Amino acid sequence: MAIIPHEKTSCGGLTLHRIQTDKYKTTTVVVQFKARLTKETVTERALLPYVLQSGTKNYASSKAVRTELEKLYGATLGVDLAKKGDFHVMTFRMDFANEKFLSEDEPLFKKALSLLSEVIMNPKTDGSGFDSSIVDKEKRTMKQRIQSIYDDKMRYSNMRLTQEMFPNEAFGLHIYGEKDEVDRVTAQSLYDYYKKVCAEDEIDFYLVGNLEGVDAEKVVKELFPFEERTERQSEITEKASLDVEEKEILETQEIKQGKLHMGFRSGVGYADDEYFALQVFNGMFGGFSHSKLFRNVREKESLAYYAASRYESHKGLIIVMSGIEFKNYHKTVDIIKEQLTAMRDGDFNEDEMKQTKTMIRNQLLETVDDAKGMVELLYHGVVSQKLRTIEEWLDGVEAVTKEDILAVADKVKLDTVYFLKGEEA
Amino acid sequence: MKTIPFNQLQETLYHQTMDNGLDVYVLPKKGFNKTYATFTTKYGSVDNHFVPLNGSEDVQVPDGIAHFLEHKMFEKEDRDVFQDFSKQGASSNAFTSFTRTAYLFSTTQNVMQNLETLVNFVQDPYFSDQSVEKEKGIIGQEIEMYNDNSDWRAYFGVIENMFHHHPVKIDIAGTIDSIAKITKESLYTCYETFYHPSNMVLFIVGAVEPNEIMSFVEKNQASKSYKDQPPIERFFDKEPKKVAEQKKVLPMSVQVAKCLVGFKEPNPGRQGEDLLKHELSINLALDLMFGQSSENYEKLYNEGLIDQSFSYDFTEEEKFGFSIVGSNTSSPDELADRLYEMIQSFKNEAVNSDQLERIRKKKIGSFLRALNSPEFIANQFTRYRFNDMDLFEVVPMLESITAKDIEEAVKGHFAEESFTVCQVVPKS
Repeated sequence: MAIIPHEKTSCGGLTLHRIQTDKYKTTTVVVQFKARLTKETVTERALLPYVLQSGTKNYASSKAVRTELEKLYGATLGVDLAKKGDFHVMTFRMDFANEKFLSEDEPLFKKALSLLSEVIMNPKTDGSGFDSSIVDKEKRTMKQRIQSIYDDKMRYSNMRLTQEMFPNEAFGLHIYGEKDEVDRVTAQSLYDYYKKVCAEDEIDFYLVGNLEGVDAEKVVKELFPFEERTERQSEITEKASLDVEEKEILETQEIKQGKLHMGFRSGVGYADDEYFALQVFNGMFGGFSHSKLFRNVREKESLAYYAASRYESHKGLIIVMSGIEFKNYHKTVDIIKEQLTAMRDGDFNEDEMKQTKTMIRNQLLETVDDAKGMVELLYHGVVSQKLRTIEEWLDGVEAVTKEDILAVADKVKLDTVYFLKGEEA
Repeated sequence: MKTIPFNQLQETLYHQTMDNGLDVYVLPKKGFNKTYATFTTKYGSVDNHFVPLNGSEDVQVPDGIAHFLEHKMFEKEDRDVFQDFSKQGASSNAFTSFTRTAYLFSTTQNVMQNLETLVNFVQDPYFSDQSVEKEKGIIGQEIEMYNDNSDWRAYFGVIENMFHHHPVKIDIAGTIDSIAKITKESLYTCYETFYHPSNMVLFIVGAVEPNEIMSFVEKNQASKSYKDQPPIERFFDKEPKKVAEQKKVLPMSVQVAKCLVGFKEPNPGRQGEDLLKHELSINLALDLMFGQSSENYEKLYNEGLIDQSFSYDFTEEEKFGFSIVGSNTSSPDELADRLYEMIQSFKNEAVNSDQLERIRKKKIGSFLRALNSPEFIANQFTRYRFNDMDLFEVVPMLESITAKDIEEAVKGHFAEESFTVCQVVPKS
């Protein structure tokens, strides 16, 4: 049996993905809306899901929606935003109990999906726009959400690094939208944007759980009647150009620990054959506790509690993060650069490679144990238009050779060193 | 080996107590790739005053030592245990809370080998002067990371306000000054006292076969020479019911203020069913008061006093308990006042039975959802077990709690004198 029993069907204007499994006590629904990330739409798009979940025609307030969720044995509903390559993805997630674990026998599937349909398809309107009191409240909360990025220094540093790496590109935008643009949005303009989303976004609808005896296709078609897309746009992410000069950005705030974030470009993304080698490279460089960064920055030099790297799967980036004392800035940057050089020089052995592959395999299989994780993995295939089964992924990682890793290491290029430090004493 | 079936949940738990007192639990999970195991000692940051094993007098150890010890367990004379796990395809970790230290791994392969590594490394300490000194730099940066974290500072600030003496008010990792006092010898003292098998629980959940696990652990433990240990004597100064400080304001480098209010449990000391009932009753009450379907939540949100960061929780252990409610906010003082008023007025009202039925359903659904997570099961089961509670009794207890139970619990917990406020505000 396949590791992810995944069935995909076209269902009106959306793609339905069914994953039949009996390992969970709940059913998970994830609906992904995908469109290009642009400066013109980023703020509306960041506001839209929060407005939608705050009131529908039949459940006129957030309180009414939440009351209904509680009646469905504490079904959860959440909205989320993500940047996937050049796309700004809006997510609606719902999770509800499978009735066979409850002492009464209430069929929850249809009821839960009906409520989700209310939220997505049947928003509360006022004249020709959204309800303006809901929009006003959510605009206020949105400004606070944007401001609070500043308060989490790790997230703030990541945002600043991305801005500095992509100053004139949409990828440099933050998915929470632009604070100065929030006031421009009106109940009417947001509703117009919502209509456009319903007509044009690429929509993927995931159902994970024990779906036996449920005609999912029929229910979804009936409750989410999106118009068929006229022409599916075959847009993919443009990889970050490798033609860059290294730059250094220093910033000061009243803080106790320096945040060092280094952005690299690799030119390798999910759809590429070298993707597996990039994963193994990253694992050895800074992905695990046996990596060069963890061993050298933390264990050997005691410079940091965390020193890690992660890769972005579509734009082709590697980001290194570490929290250090201000005075150790240059020393730490040097050590990190040395580790990249060591990777390029092939300064690693067969055992380290094997260990890294084993850990990646472990990570993938563990991700599959979680319904949301499973959807995340499958959605990479949608964003990159490159479908891969987990089996292919596992085999791909296994087949990576030292030469493959060296080839990737050679491509990896430092773009920006960002350091957030405290005020000098 | 004892077999404990939970029919409604379609789960079966296996339990065996080893000769040396170690409690082992196994919960097989059908269809999962992953196995998750925790090896936990009933020893956390609050256990800083005790009589050492074979000692005659009580000692006071430096703040942050339980957490420091947790870090140092991974380093052996000749190797780093993280690497042992990762070579065997497992990722390992550990955490220290107020009352527990847990070592864990998760893996999709070589389960028995990884289990052996887990049990053996925790039962075989190696501390040297040099490695203790080296760790001070790493933990120092961990402490600074939390010092810059405004959510953490607000959370710890409100706990600090509540307590006069109880060590729950001390940051789990200690301070840079307190960890400077930690030595190899003090680590051994703590280890010998608190890491006896009779003070520990091993929990394995995932793609496993219970018989195989039990007989492996049995052999492994029989090969080690543990002597029976008398009960551990731990000391806690008497804590007044009143909070230590009523308000604290922390200026930090933030743009949005935070306000948390807390109530210190005035009458801790419950264990077993009493504790389970009290903890669930207060949590049901908080849902009734502040859940997203409540009038209070709607009012506060519409008035712009809270945003999606709003949260609430109640937790109680043997010697202490507290509830904390709060949010990012544009008006921290107004929010504190409003939360206080709302709680006081809830105290004077009867619980609405329709609302209670809804919230009860919601709690049962959330519990089922949590059982999808091997991490939740292992960690929570152990926490419950150390307080003589049974995680799998949560649903029957939720079903049995009445409006009257909630009203009584609320009157006992939300006392005027046990109220305190902590705010983080932008530095001007």
